[in-house]
Amino acid sequence: MTENHKREATAASGELPNRRAILKTGAGLSAFVGGVSVPSLSMAQAATGLPLAVPEWMKEQGRPILSPPYGVPSPFEKDVVRRQRETRVTDTAATSFSPLQNSFGIITPNGLCFERHHAGVPNIDPDRHRLLVHGLVERPLVFTMDELMRFPSVSRIAFLECSGNTPNWKSVSADFGVQQTHGLLMCCEWTGVLLSTLLDEVGVAAQAKWVLAEGADAAAMTRSVPIAKALDDAIIVYGQNGERLRAEQGYPLRLFLPGYEGNMNIKWLRRLKLGDQPFETREETSKYTDLMPGGKARQFTFVMEAKSVITRPSGGQRMRGGPGFYEISGLAWSGRGRIDRVEVSTDGGQSWHEAELQEPILSKAVVRFRAPWRWDGKAALLQSRAIDETGYVQPRHDELVDVRGVNSFYHYNAIQTWRVDSDGRVAIHVA
Amino acid sequence: MWRSSRFFVVLIAFLFNTVTIAHAAERLGIGHAVSPQDFAAWDIDVRADGAGLPEGRGSVAEGREIFARVCAACHGEKGEGKAVPGAVGGFDRLVGGAGTLDKASPTLTVGSYWPYATTLFDYVRRAMPFSAPQSLSNDQVYAVSAYVLYMNNILPEDGVLDAKNLPQVKMPNQDGFITQDPRPDVKSKD
Repeated sequence: MTENHKREATAASGELPNRRAILKTGAGLSAFVGGVSVPSLSMAQAATGLPLAVPEWMKEQGRPILSPPYGVPSPFEKDVVRRQRETRVTDTAATSFSPLQNSFGIITPNGLCFERHHAGVPNIDPDRHRLLVHGLVERPLVFTMDELMRFPSVSRIAFLECSGNTPNWKSVSADFGVQQTHGLLMCCEWTGVLLSTLLDEVGVAAQAKWVLAEGADAAAMTRSVPIAKALDDAIIVYGQNGERLRAEQGYPLRLFLPGYEGNMNIKWLRRLKLGDQPFETREETSKYTDLMPGGKARQFTFVMEAKSVITRPSGGQRMRGGPGFYEISGLAWSGRGRIDRVEVSTDGGQSWHEAELQEPILSKAVVRFRAPWRWDGKAALLQSRAIDETGYVQPRHDELVDVRGVNSFYHYNAIQTWRVDSDGRVAIHVA
Repeated sequence: MWRSSRFFVVLIAFLFNTVTIAHAAERLGIGHAVSPQDFAAWDIDVRADGAGLPEGRGSVAEGREIFARVCAACHGEKGEGKAVPGAVGGFDRLVGGAGTLDKASPTLTVGSYWPYATTLFDYVRRAMPFSAPQSLSNDQVYAVSAYVLYMNNILPEDGVLDAKNLPQVKMPNQDGFITQDPRPDVKSKD
């Protein structure tokens, strides 16, 4: 923690107690219940359940194995689902958001990874799928899925964030929770072939500077990738969190570019074409460009800069246990490398306290941070800010807007504020 | 070991300047050789310099008819876009917005924002019409592109597009892009 950040928390928002002291007391997390659904029992009954009775599920056999063969979450978790934020004119060129408010650790379950499709999810038979690599190469080649899976493989845990995540440039909706503000984020273990391995196989011509990646969806989605990135850490992915890619994530094959904006990670990948200049596709000219004050737009802004958000407590949740101990928990990530530290404030950024980072702390992956907090029952403004290994500090909204204005749409990464009211409600803070 | 062998190949290529392969390593022998005829149906990208444009031609007049039949249902008769009650966003507006990029509420269209006319051909050919992508002939894509440019006052009413003149079309916002990423550009003060 730097000298500047050593100012003590103000009484108005309670104190962030010493972490070790908290752990010694054995104070648990059970006091905090995420989500917005209200149980039918009174809070006191639900909390105590006294006197303790033997429940019916101990008096009979449970479900047999293989029911179902592919496991699904408990029916009690039915509200933990992807959601659309608002109705759009189509439901195939559309977006659904990951329920970060219910997340633990750093891995996004495959069924909860956000969706951003431009023409729906194609139903691709992997036996009929092909990857073509051509253009400025020594020998153009086509690969079947079986062939791709014969190449030496790599696995890597890394985040993927849509550059349109967090649309807070001009205003925010008062009823947005973290699912709506930050839910275009996932972090998975990705398995596949390094693109550099494939490019060795075709032989890259010296003039090649860009790689066009093209999807096999009805948008035939295309983006241009700099050759340096292609040869650095790009992966041709077929595995996600221990199984084959989900259809929504590009089954049977996608491009994965650690730290780069989500749209470039072309799903349902069918073609790579090497060229000596960018291909100037629709998605890298008319979209995914950042309009600046003065009317010029930035193009080829690929890296997702450091960002963080508190997922618990967050908008739409309640401090169900009343005043007392809570753990502030959230996610931080940077497209430039590792997160160096995360700081948490309960007084709207007047004072900052270093959060604990849960290992593993991986380059270009989400990291889980935690800070113990004894809520005094008064109004509080919760914030987090990430600092990555390059020294970059996640900016405040006003700092970001001072430079970029409010019309750039993409790459918003400012500090997010959740307001805790004295009645325990948590909501987005509209300044 | 393969890394060092790659190094020597690159070194030799550098020293003798006879090999054009910048990045070479031992091959694993996986995959199938293909010729351009094998992948002609997939090789549909069109670049800003016109590389990839197919033979064919299409006029503004032909495009007007196709647009009314195929495109206007979503994009509006005059390319003005379309709102749908209860839905956020709407179907993309294609026309107008000139002079708004530095205003509080800019209107980003083909005419006001897109830097290259070739991108219009590429995108329409690969992804439009929304309900039947890759169903238009190359002539029809030229024609629709011509009509959209005409509606934006970029082509005259008697305009005809082909592989030769489409890359010559100068879009109003062609110089409106900064292609070097200036980030990190925001310094946090605290």
